[in-house]
Amino acid sequence: MSKLVIEERQVVIPGDTLAEGMDFLPGKGAFREGDNIISSRLGITNVSGRIVNVNALSGRYIPRRDDVVIGYVKDMSYSSWFVDVGCAYEASLSMKEATADFIERGSSLSDYFGIGEIILTRISNVTKEGNIDLTMKAPGLRKLHGGKIIEITPSKIPRVVGKQGSMISLIKDKTGCSIFAGQNGRIWIRGANPEAEKLATEAIQLINDKAHTSGLTERVGAFLEQHALEMQK
Amino acid sequence: MKYTKRIDGRKFDELRAMKAEVGVVKNAVGSARFQIGKTVAIAAVYGPKDLFPKFLQKPQSARLRCNYNMMAFSGSGERVRPGANRRSKEISMVIEKAFEPVLDLSEFPKAVVDVYIELIQTDAGTRCAGICAASLALADAGFDMKDLVCAVSCGLVGDQVVVDLDKPEEDFEGGAVDIPIAMLPRTGEITLLQLDGEISKEDLKKAIEAGKEACKKIYEVQKAALRAKYAQEVVA
Repeated sequence: MSKLVIEERQVVIPGDTLAEGMDFLPGKGAFREGDNIISSRLGITNVSGRIVNVNALSGRYIPRRDDVVIGYVKDMSYSSWFVDVGCAYEASLSMKEATADFIERGSSLSDYFGIGEIILTRISNVTKEGNIDLTMKAPGLRKLHGGKIIEITPSKIPRVVGKQGSMISLIKDKTGCSIFAGQNGRIWIRGANPEAEKLATEAIQLINDKAHTSGLTERVGAFLEQHALEMQK
Repeated sequence: MKYTKRIDGRKFDELRAMKAEVGVVKNAVGSARFQIGKTVAIAAVYGPKDLFPKFLQKPQSARLRCNYNMMAFSGSGERVRPGANRRSKEISMVIEKAFEPVLDLSEFPKAVVDVYIELIQTDAGTRCAGICAASLALADAGFDMKDLVCAVSCGLVGDQVVVDLDKPEEDFEGGAVDIPIAMLPRTGEITLLQLDGEISKEDLKKAIEAGKEACKKIYEVQKAALRAKYAQEVVA
């Protein structure tokens, strides 16, 4: 007789039994041992049909294809840039993927992206060996000027964005900041004044700390409401 | 030599008071503090990240690199000379080996995961406290691991089998045998077993059994610490 030992969206730790019996299958963050499915990480359970997954609550960014991320340009070679996207490996952005311009032989790549500059970019390919290719060829991808960047746990970015972007548009509306949330946990915020940026930062930190709880949108809404009033005074 | 009553008044199979906390180092990917009696270990995990020099890279998985360090002020007597030494390097190595069967780093080929274990206060059983802390820190960092690792020292003081020796017991004038043991609590597999001293086969068996029982108690403390970090708050 198969049964689920855990509930949906429950915090589990490595070694916890998730399900008994052969009717369930181990997904991400879980493995089978004998008849049981055991969790292999600290995370939140997610049951989709017969598959039992454990989504991590922490850890560094794991790159995935088509993720839009915020990267720091670290180095460049003859024909490509090397970008830190916050994961275990450096990503590379080739000349072809960086710009539609014709680049003269021997011209300096730093005319386009210099070392230390920050770019909003998309991951076009990831190999198992850890080679990551980036592209700038998609609408909205560009160099980021001004503003500030905060880092949160990458696995919590979906909560910051919310369903159909509900959470992030709430923060944008209430603080008047432009915000980009990269899938790698880096969030770029640019506001009209430092106070607005600070308020947006605090709201995002609140989400980061309470990402595993429910009723988060209301909570963040109340938080922003309360502080917006204080700012007006 | 007879050892009838423990120096600090504990029962022979009783552990010192334990305290564990997760997420204590802000800049680390995962971190934990584990205290048993007067021994306090802090572990911080960084990575996965690029590993250099390149010849150290493993093509199929990330390398686990532990760094065990007793802080200069951590001992109860003489100042500990800072930096790596023969003892700390060896302990770092056995701690790495203790995690090998549980930790799955195949998702991060060629990278490295660094675990820094700092002992801020020591009263024997430091490598065991270090393993307990590192285990929590690695779980906190979200790595795939089949189980937590629990560790405790057991052994013989005089003629008595005890668990969790403290420094006065290790230095007992009637002789003491110190056996650090690390165990996977779910399966009971042993991932670290060292022995310092002389012990009979029967006593060794008894000591290991006692150590296994003690590890289960440590496991409870570790589980509680991990769950406490994400305890569901009642939304007011």
